[in-house]
Amino acid sequence: MSKITKQDVEYVAGLAQLRLDEAAKERLVREMGDILAYMDQLNELDTSNVEPMMHAMEMTNVFRQDVVKPSLPREEALMNAPVHDGEYFIVPRILEGDAS
Amino acid sequence: MEFEAVVGMEVHVEINSKSKVFCGCSADFHAGPNTNVCPVCLGMPGVLPVLNVDMVNKSVAVGLALNCAISRWSKLDRKNYFYPDMAKNYQISQYDLPLCQNGWIEIDLDGQTKRIGITRAHIEEDTARNTHTIAGNQSGVDFNRSGVALLEIVTEPDIRSAKEAFAYLTALKQLLQYLDVSDCNMEEGSLRAEANISVRPVGQEQFGTKTEVKNVASFSGVFKAIEFEIARHIKLINSGGKVVQETRGWDADRGITVPQRLKESAHDYRYFPEPDLVPIVVDEAWEQRIRESLPELPAARRSRMGTQYGLSAYDANVITLSQDTANYYERVVAVGADAKKAANWLMGELQALLSAAKQEITDCRVTPADLAALIGLIDSGAINGKMAKDIIAEMFETGKAPQDIVKEQGLSQITDTGAIEDIIRKVLADNPAQVGQFRSGKEQVFGFLVGQVMRATQGKANPALLNDLLRRELSRQEN
Amino acid sequence: MTTPLYKKTVREIRDAVRSGALTAVEVTEAHLARIADVDPKVDAFTQIWTDEALAQAAAVDAKVKQGIDPGPLAGVPVGVKELICTRTGKTTCASKILENFRSPYDATIIQKLDAAGAVFLGKVNMDEFAMGSSTERSTIKTTKNPWNLKCVPGGSSGGSAAAISADECAIALGSDTGGSIRQPAALCGCVGIKPTYGRVSRFGLVAFASSLDQIGPLTKNVEDAALSLNTLCGRDPRDATSADLPVPDFTKALTGDVKGLRIGLPKEYFTEALNAEMREKVEAAVDVFKSGGAEIVPVSLPHTDYAIATYYIICTAEASANLARFDGVRYGYRNPAAKTVEEMYVLSKSEAFGPEVRRRIMLGTYVLSSGYYDAYYLKAQKVRRLIKKDFDDAFEKCDFVMGPTSPIPTFEFGAKTENPLEMYLADIYTISVNLATLPGISIPCGLTASGLPAGLQLIGRPFGEETLLRAAHCYEQTSGTTLGDPPIA
Ligand SMILES: [Mg+2]
Ligand SMILES: [Zn+2]
Repeated sequence: MSKITKQDVEYVAGLAQLRLDEAAKERLVREMGDILAYMDQLNELDTSNVEPMMHAMEMTNVFRQDVVKPSLPREEALMNAPVHDGEYFIVPRILEGDAS
Repeated sequence: MEFEAVVGMEVHVEINSKSKVFCGCSADFHAGPNTNVCPVCLGMPGVLPVLNVDMVNKSVAVGLALNCAISRWSKLDRKNYFYPDMAKNYQISQYDLPLCQNGWIEIDLDGQTKRIGITRAHIEEDTARNTHTIAGNQSGVDFNRSGVALLEIVTEPDIRSAKEAFAYLTALKQLLQYLDVSDCNMEEGSLRAEANISVRPVGQEQFGTKTEVKNVASFSGVFKAIEFEIARHIKLINSGGKVVQETRGWDADRGITVPQRLKESAHDYRYFPEPDLVPIVVDEAWEQRIRESLPELPAARRSRMGTQYGLSAYDANVITLSQDTANYYERVVAVGADAKKAANWLMGELQALLSAAKQEITDCRVTPADLAALIGLIDSGAINGKMAKDIIAEMFETGKAPQDIVKEQGLSQITDTGAIEDIIRKVLADNPAQVGQFRSGKEQVFGFLVGQVMRATQGKANPALLNDLLRRELSRQEN
Repeated sequence: MTTPLYKKTVREIRDAVRSGALTAVEVTEAHLARIADVDPKVDAFTQIWTDEALAQAAAVDAKVKQGIDPGPLAGVPVGVKELICTRTGKTTCASKILENFRSPYDATIIQKLDAAGAVFLGKVNMDEFAMGSSTERSTIKTTKNPWNLKCVPGGSSGGSAAAISADECAIALGSDTGGSIRQPAALCGCVGIKPTYGRVSRFGLVAFASSLDQIGPLTKNVEDAALSLNTLCGRDPRDATSADLPVPDFTKALTGDVKGLRIGLPKEYFTEALNAEMREKVEAAVDVFKSGGAEIVPVSLPHTDYAIATYYIICTAEASANLARFDGVRYGYRNPAAKTVEEMYVLSKSEAFGPEVRRRIMLGTYVLSSGYYDAYYLKAQKVRRLIKKDFDDAFEKCDFVMGPTSPIPTFEFGAKTENPLEMYLADIYTISVNLATLPGISIPCGLTASGLPAGLQLIGRPFGEETLLRAAHCYEQTSGTTLGDPPIA
């Protein structure tokens, strides 16, 4: 039995903005299921008194001063854009509530 | 059934740091599209954010002013969602450990105060702006605003009406302006408010189903949107329907809220600690430094000025609404003007002139010293109130000192008893009918006669003296 | 007897160029010729910057002529991994999604190397977005192992390792998230060091897993690695996670002896998972250290078995966010058929990310999603702390830990692409080092019977690179195990 269902795969693909065909979904159910089952071995460990390692470096308070630095010339900002009009990055029309 | 509304507010405030929160680009997002952008705020591959310390200082200042506890240790997190105005398709924000927590602010409701709880205030970054004016079925994206420092302030569900929400926003904006951390311009989006609204039968403890209203561009819009939602919820429930938990947009043109279609997964933000930034540790010394640098805040200033200058609660409220007005007022009084008169002139004539000209007090050409001088001229009897109104209009227009205007226009008040008496005699002679009416007990006619004398002096007579002399003359002639 | 120019080490090249005995242009030309000669077989380079490289070299020579210091890496030819941002050429991450991406900025380390007088020959191949251990996941080309062209060079910095092994450049920049410098270095028979997390700026390194990624050099020998680190390390104000520590002259650590050093051998690294021949090589290396006066101490890293699960939760979670920016708005591939914003996202991503990248995005999204964060991501962060503590405990007893770099030598193309989990298991010795943020170096320790390189890994305390370099250098000088030339050309 897999850790993960086709519905789970579809939900996650929605979050990640990926489109999967049926074959890909089935393969991912299997592969992710195997990997997640492997990951479950972590449950063998009692970590109730362990602080999660939230940051790789044990540093705090690294800041920059509020100083304005030169920005990019607009041509360079836009030069990699798949579509632009010389001023704006152009995307398909954004509808209110398009956020997903 | 009687219902009560339960409202919580989320306000996003653009902090006025010179540079953006995670890169050195200018935070001025009104520049030409995509000119204040760099690899960092464009979310280019390989870039890393570095936190602007000014944002931390200002956020702590706001937190302290909102009576919040400042977190000794806090961190930044990634909030993941896709949107074309998101440079990285995640927003750097704060999730479970915000910089400021558990505060409150007092709001004013027709002279009564009420405390609104502040759940949290946290650091995040603003998004780019979309423009829909691009031809065809397309939108344009301008990343100038991407990465501008944003403070999100969230209240407890303590607000009970649209009016209270309006008062909250007013108090919050006043506080932020006192702290000089934002220009709070709602039309330009530097202050953006969202409301979570639900209703419940009075006496019921449990909250009703809430809706979230976004896209409101003014305080009055917030007021109207909340009123609309409350009425909509009540109507729905009364007609046997159910409120659906959803996000709704405010359509200002039609004056209604409309549902925004969102996917069910839209709120699965998959927050996790931002690995590119290290934790923020604000120790007691740092907090204390910021506390000591705070200006006098609105509530404190209101009460101090009320006591110090003997102002009514109403006057103190109006004068301290903006720090600039309060500063102006205190300068007028500092050079010797009578406190009550200064308040009247400031809130009356000067405010009217400012409003008509759409000017701020900081741009006003009437200096505090000149306003004090004007009041002094009235007090000394050199001019009367009527003349003073004309003079202040001239001062407002030209920036001239009142003494100079008086001199230039020969406006000094007639205080020569003999001269006024001559005119009085002439006026009484010219108006025998009215004199007769007065003598038969019609006291109101006295005012008419005063007016005639005043007109004959072109308004220059000292009003108190004129009154005196007129009464004396009337009684003398009678005997 | 003259060694060909392309065989020269970093030390030899920079000394000769600085003294005027060789010109940087001569060195560059020799390496470009070598690339023209062997790269058609090896396929390490993805871009060759002939004109720019010769111009850079000429600028170095001009400085030498004018008596201006040309820098500590004057004329040293460098290959740059495809995920390090350069204004020159493209930065593709070996992915279709960035196949035309031109970075508008140089990574901090590129600026530093340029200022040090290094010459960039071009870019080298890798697994797409550094996700892989064989470089087979590149969408550009298939890089071969110079020791056996039927075999993989390892990965993800497979192009870097193959380029060094085939003498195409003197320094190849790699990045290491779970072994991506050390494992290909081991499989190709060269030296590769992953510095301590925070040692080298990540600004301009396209992120795979931000809390694990670190840039490092692959070189022909240990001294060259030390010379490279002298330039690469140091605090960068553009990287908030870069350590504010002074950078020593790493070459001063190369004393040539290991007397008194305590070397920890973790019992968990010598199990059945370790290929017998590899074990033999590592044990022989242990004897070399012993006879050099080092003390061998048994240590235990009890959470070793949990490292792979921990690693794949953390790295996929971070990657799922890091790779979200490739949406076809500001740069990168956009499917021209997309009519709506959502289509722009899904069609572009689904088409232009390879299967391994998509799989990791899916996994990472899953472990962060509502209801699973605590069970996977938070749990992994806790176990990560336990893994780090294992090392802290071990370093109470020893100065560094030693073992194999990879449980197996290189393997044939396609041998491990079918089962992703099996491929993940090959990283068993390297990923703990990233989880614990430690420095690790892989150096060659002989050839197997079939002529394939074996790698020895030394793992140090945080910021303990000097001890690792000292020990690795001493081994290199005293072991007598030189690999010789790979059987190409
Ligand atoms: Mg927010
Ligand atoms: Zn920027």
